Amino acid sequence: MNLTRYQRPDLAWTGFGRLSSLRNELDRLFESPWTELALGSRLLSGWTPALDVHEDKDSFVIRAELPGMNREDIDVSLHDGVLNISGERKTEKKYEEAEVYRTERYLGKFQRSVTLPAPVTADKVKAQYKDGILTITLPKTEEAKPKQIDVNVN
Amino acid sequence: MKAITPAESTAAGRCTEFVVPVVNIFETEDGYALEAEMPGVNKDGLEITLEGNEITILGRRAAEPVNGEVLFRERSAADYRRVFELDPAIDTNKVSAKMEQGMVTLALPKSEQVKPRKINVSD
Repeated sequence: MNLTRYQRPDLAWTGFGRLSSLRNELDRLFESPWTELALGSRLLSGWTPALDVHEDKDSFVIRAELPGMNREDIDVSLHDGVLNISGERKTEKKYEEAEVYRTERYLGKFQRSVTLPAPVTADKVKAQYKDGILTITLPKTEEAKPKQIDVNVN
Repeated sequence: MKAITPAESTAAGRCTEFVVPVVNIFETEDGYALEAEMPGVNKDGLEITLEGNEITILGRRAAEPVNGEVLFRERSAADYRRVFELDPAIDTNKVSAKMEQGMVTLALPKSEQVKPRKINVSD
């Protein structure tokens, strides 16, 4: 993928005519391998924020991209070893009367679930929302942590 | 021919791949508003350049701590970049930007001359 691809005349914002959102999506679908997969699923099912899951010996760390939200519109819950992230991104009231030129951002409700591969300590789960990224840290239970066993040789 | 030092080639390699941030663009009587999604970018990583009638938005992701091994990955690690051609009616001296929770909002006011004005009719 190279840089010049994105500077095609179509991207120019000239203040003339509005491109339909579907047209935009199709353009982007054929143009960008980065977004191809995500958009394919988005077209069918609305908004699904991208997320990463990491694991170290003590915990799982989940990071989800939720740009431009209010903290109070994000819900995180844990039930039977399944982490649920849900919420709603609302339209800004100040643009309700405005002329719309491009609407590529997804608004509305979203929901994602992650089945955790090992038990976690529910009351020690931490969630932080910063720079549009929700980071959830889930410490493993003592039983789920890997243990070093000393072998005694007599 | 200029020799390529490792530092430069690394930088060039880093710059060739970008994610195109998704945007919403609105027009009001006073000007335009542009919202671009750049999760993972804070105020310090944001670079907005105006050149002629082109505006470039560049967002560099803040470093994230590495937490062990990856079980699942959907997010890209690339920086964001997108160029827009501006309506000549925009007063480029008055462009301002705000960064909040990974979303940049640009306010692009129209110059006074092109704003609709109400003319009072005298008797």
